[in-house]
Amino acid sequence: MLTKLTAALAALCLLTGTAFAQDGAKLTDPQIAHVAYTAGQIDIEAAKQALLKSANKAVRAFAEDMVRDHMAVNEQALDLVKKLNVTPEDNDTSRTLTEQAAAKHAELAKLDDAAFDRAYVANEIAYHKAVNSVLESTLIPSASNAELKSLLQTGLKVFQGHQQHAEDVASKFN
Amino acid sequence: MPLRRTLMPLAVVLMGMSAASAHAETIQIVMDKLIYIPAETSAKVGDTIEWINKDILVHTATATNGDWNVTIAPNKTERLILKKAGTIEYFCRFHPNMKGRIGVVPE
Repeated sequence: MLTKLTAALAALCLLTGTAFAQDGAKLTDPQIAHVAYTAGQIDIEAAKQALLKSANKAVRAFAEDMVRDHMAVNEQALDLVKKLNVTPEDNDTSRTLTEQAAAKHAELAKLDDAAFDRAYVANEIAYHKAVNSVLESTLIPSASNAELKSLLQTGLKVFQGHQQHAEDVASKFN
Repeated sequence: MPLRRTLMPLAVVLMGMSAASAHAETIQIVMDKLIYIPAETSAKVGDTIEWINKDILVHTATATNGDWNVTIAPNKTERLILKKAGTIEYFCRFHPNMKGRIGVVPE
């Protein structure tokens, strides 16, 4: 499991190009729930930035889809943790994701028009790919609770769909 | 007599149903955990496709040839009457990893 976790985090480092700190221990269900929720929140924030900055119809439609889908999934995640009486627990993986997202947000804030659109969509592809990799190789296998595991599996399909959707949007840029 | 009175309307209803089904059927396709179930189905012109979305997300059934585009809200059902024969590939615009196919034969 440690090898898998390390490999997944290494993949995330490669994709995002930043160092990825973590304590090397297996994530617990409260930590996994926190990572999954954080990953969704980050994408909602990124989409909100796109909705403020972009005038591109396809980019705006994609961003609206991201807000709607990730809010729905996160609501379901909150319902589940409440039902299971689990308190999501902050951890190094969540913290690193948040730090990286803040850096990306600042980077994108400096761009405008087509440059912003391209960078936002490119980051959406890379981000969803990275999260999918962590979900597949680490979060899903580590989850103990069957309902949490099932929600993560559905989440993976949602994220994979978003990655493909982002790739479609990117392919239409001239 | 009471039995006859009970059965007569039922017989009328059943006759009506069989008459209708000879012409057109309703085919259900469930959307569950980002999968169209069944992913492949066959139908004939005039049949109704009923998409039942069991997910918490909005999905679409969008024909790749542009013939139709149905949006299905979470926990809702939407219908479409098939008007043209042919094999139609369709997907969800929001989750393009969702794919389905309907083979439509002439009436």
